[in-house]
This record gives sequence, C-alpha cells and structure tokens, in this order.
Amino acid sequence: MTLYRALDAEPREHLDMTIEGRRVLIPAGISVAAALLHAGIIPSRTAPAGGAPRAPYCMMGVCFECLVEIDGVPNRQGCMVSVAAGMRVRRQLGAPVCEP
Amino acid sequence: MSAAADLVVVGAGPAGMAAAIRAAELGLRTIVLDEQAEPGGQIYRAIERVAREHPQRLAILGEDYAAGIALVRAFRDAKIDYRPQASVWQVEPDQRVFASTPTGTECVQTRHLVIATGAMERPMPLPGWTLPGVMTAGGAQILLKSAGHVPAGRVVMIGTGPLLLLLAWQLMRANVPIAAILDTGKADAPARALRHAGSALRSAAYLRKGFELVRSIKAAAIPWLKDIADIELRGDARVREVVYRRNGATHNQAADLVLLHQGIVPNANLGWALRCEHEWNESQRCFLPRTDGWGSSSLPQVQFAGDCASIAGARAAEYAGALAALEVAHKLGRIDRTERDARARSARRQLASERRIRPLLEALYRPNDPHVVPADDAVIVCRCEGITAGEIRAVIKQGCPGPNQMKAFLRCGMGPCQGRMCGLTVTELIAQGRGMSPAEIGYFRIRPPIKPLLLGELAASDSPADAALPAGHGSQRAETAAASDAAVVTTPMPR
Repeated sequence: MTLYRALDAEPREHLDMTIEGRRVLIPAGISVAAALLHAGIIPSRTAPAGGAPRAPYCMMGVCFECLVEIDGVPNRQGCMVSVAAGMRVRRQLGAPVCEP
Repeated sequence: MSAAADLVVVGAGPAGMAAAIRAAELGLRTIVLDEQAEPGGQIYRAIERVAREHPQRLAILGEDYAAGIALVRAFRDAKIDYRPQASVWQVEPDQRVFASTPTGTECVQTRHLVIATGAMERPMPLPGWTLPGVMTAGGAQILLKSAGHVPAGRVVMIGTGPLLLLLAWQLMRANVPIAAILDTGKADAPARALRHAGSALRSAAYLRKGFELVRSIKAAAIPWLKDIADIELRGDARVREVVYRRNGATHNQAADLVLLHQGIVPNANLGWALRCEHEWNESQRCFLPRTDGWGSSSLPQVQFAGDCASIAGARAAEYAGALAALEVAHKLGRIDRTERDARARSARRQLASERRIRPLLEALYRPNDPHVVPADDAVIVCRCEGITAGEIRAVIKQGCPGPNQMKAFLRCGMGPCQGRMCGLTVTELIAQGRGMSPAEIGYFRIRPPIKPLLLGELAASDSPADAALPAGHGSQRAETAAASDAAVVTTPMPR
C-alpha cells in the first residue's frame, strides 16, 4: 500500500529503477526513502537487533531507519540518496551480509 | 589536504547560509559543507527546485517557506565554495574537517569553524513508535517540500508544537484529509504560558500567524482532540491503529500513517564530538552548547549559529549566522572590535526581536512528561538496538550511574544513529531514576565518526588513520567488517 502519493496536478518525469528485483517507475528527483514510501515497500528493513519491521522515520538523515541496499552497497541512508535511472534497491532484512 | 579555508561552515540552512554570505562579504575564504544536495536546510528544503519547477507547491507550503528563496539566491551569488552532499564526520583539534562525499572523503584545513547543523525533532517514545508508518511530522513535511508527496491513507497526527499545526494547515491546503489530531500538550500549558504574553505581544506578526493557523484548522472541522492519555500505536508489519484514552473512555482510531511531533531540539552530535561544553536548558528541555552573544563556544575556533545553538527559528538563525561570521572575521583580524560591533547592531536588534516569542512558545508547547520519559517499561527508547525503558530502568537500579556506562550495559545509543534518537530520553530516564537533574547526569560521549562511513572510504582518505580514528576508538560491526567496499563503521566502543 502506498503511504505517500504525488500531489495532484504536478507534472512529473518518471524514471525506471528496480526495487526488490521488480521494475518500477518512480518520480525523478525524489529520495530512495521517498520512493519506498511511494511504492509501498513497507517495511523497508528489519532491525538487526530483534528483527522488528522498520521503515523510514525522519527523512532527514538522523534516525537511520531507512537503511537499504543500493546498487549492491548495504547500509545506505535511503533518505540521503536521490533515485537514479537503473538504480537497484533492496530491502535489508536483519544485519547486512557482505560478500568478501 | 584538498583545500584550505579561513572559515568552514557546517550546514547550509538559514544560519549557515547567512554566516557564509557575511563571511564572504568580509573577504574570508569560506567553504560550506552540507550533507543535502541543495541549499536551504530542512526549513527551506528544495526551495530552488520548488520555485523553479513546482511554483504551485509554494502556495501549499506558505509564505514563510517561500521567503527562503531570497536567502538562497544571495547564498548562490556570494563568493562561497559551497559543497553539497558533504557529510562531516570528524573535526580534528588542528581544525582539519573530514567530510564524506559521493567521491570519497574530503579533508579541509580551516582556521575557524561555524557549526550550523540546525535542529531535529525531539524523539517521542510512545508504545509502538518504531512501527512502519509511524514517522515524524517533519519527515512528512520534508516529503511535501522535496518530493511533492502527501499522505495517501488515513493520517493521525500526534503531539504538540507549531510544526505539527503548520503541517496540518499545509496538508489541508493540499486537500489531504486528516483523520485526527491528538494534542498531547499539557492542559495547564496556556495558563503557564500566559506570564510570557507580555514579551510575546511585541511579536504581533507571529501571534497573528499562530491564531490564523489555529482558526483555519478549527474551521476545517478536523477532529482536534485534547486531554489525550495512554497513547499506544498498534499494528503488525505496519501501524494499523492508535489507541488512546480520553474523558475516561478508550478510543481506537484506525491509521495508515501516524505523524509524531513534540518540538525540535538541536542536531548536536558535532558539537558533542568536539567536546564543546553544553548546558541543560530547562525551558527548551534539552542540552545547548554554551555560547556567548556571538555564538562563540568553549573552544576558541568554534562558533555555533542557529537552532543547533538554541531553538529560535529560521529568521533568528539568519541573524545568529551573521553575528557568528562577524565574530570570526574579528578573531581572524579582518575587522576590529568597533567595526564588528557597528556591523552587528542591526542583526542583534532583529535577533532579540525574533526571540521575544520563544518563552511563550516554549511554555505553550512544552512536551508532556509521559511522552518524553515513557512510563510504560515496554516502550523502546533506543530504536537502533531495540532497548526498552524497562531495561534502562533495570540497569539504573543495578547502579548504572550515567549514559556512558549505560552503553556498556546495554549498547544503548551505540547503533547507527549514535544516540540521536535516544540520547535525551536516556538522560531524562537516568535523571528521574536517580532523583537528579539532567544537568548532573550529562549526555552520551559522542565519538567520531559522527556519520557512518565506508571502511574503504576511510582507508582511501588522505588522513592518517590514527588521526581520523584515534586508537581504541574505532570499531566495526563484525557482520560488516569483511568487505571494505561495503562495510560501515558504526559507533565507537565505550572506554
């Protein structure tokens, strides 16, 4: 379920990106966290401590609840990164695992 | 060393922009490091883009937001080395500033530093506040400003403070229905605020705006409910309902999105990491860095300006930024004392005028005790590590004397947010538990890096690793330590 929709009557360009392996059209110029809320990818992670579901909270870089994997790099702050064409975003379930 | 400056300003909100503009006018080589992609801070977030591409959004956001355009234009026109997307993670005692950028860490050697990191929303640790779909009101406003996005489902707003009401007004103008506003302000707050009315009356424009906000929210017939108790946010993989008590009855309000707000507090980690002296401010109910009338801190090369020094709003931040820049120019020998004082006169008068409304606002919107220090032991206080109020109370009973010892007991405050979301709550919980004042309890010792950092980036930076991360301070989470490209340095271990 989408938690945030675009304002009515605002012309938008969209771009093509991948969230959880699924191709989606996302308004250009927004943050990855905004894209997750818009596309309804909620919860966007589970907490490494305890495994509880979490999602973007502050949208300004202080809470770190929007940590996601972006283009293969885990623990990125989704609210601090703008969406880009071809970007690949994955939810982060539990602690991130890095391949050596 | 990638650059040298007379002045580095951290933050491109109103305080940082005004400080940089004034410093550049005075001939100081000025670099502004800001972690956002566009100037404006949170208050004027995305203002250039909105004015250029989405002018209709200005009408929704209101004239105080639109007023930021002039400042951002002056900032763009000034001779300033502005570096967006530069997240400062450490300042060394020799005034080297390290900032993470999309192309790696940059190091700037500066003679002086102005910290203008603004404010963040005070944590509101309610039962269920970690559920997906529970956000800050400020977060929703950032989405409106920067993305043109508005809530799609049933919205419940909970808390107290001007920002909550402003957001309600903005959502109304965007034709977004609000299911309810649950007002958590103290019942006796208006009476307590009354004694500050004399001073506030001299801020007629603010009072008029405030009354207008309240009047239009009431006119829109949004359920605006007061005397709310025992709030609980319930859900599963996301929030589903808000349960609360009012007039002796329990109510269940369905919700898809819950927006919390109970005022703002300084975004303070950089000042703490620098070991600037701080003092507890009871009226603002938070720690503030100790500063003088120029924003000078306990460290000779460091000034604070704007809401990170003391919450007073965007206009006040501008004047405080200008004053900080004048003092830096004076300290660097660019202007003498007489010239500094002469140039400061107008800003000082306007700053005083801006601050007149604050005692009234602080009394009227003082956060209510149960929402600052959770009574319910099951409430999560440290979101990162999932530490509850009950766990914290238990270690206080065992003799844990302060926030830093608390880290060793519980890892509380040691996740990626580095105490930003729990620090003030932990201080107040310990103060309450030990029957002492927050001033006596103190705050977390914040250590570099103050923003998580790729280990690969740290290794590639031109800083000696021992300077960037003093021995014994760096730790990395075991699960992320393997790959340098992907690993993240999180909060340092306690000593």
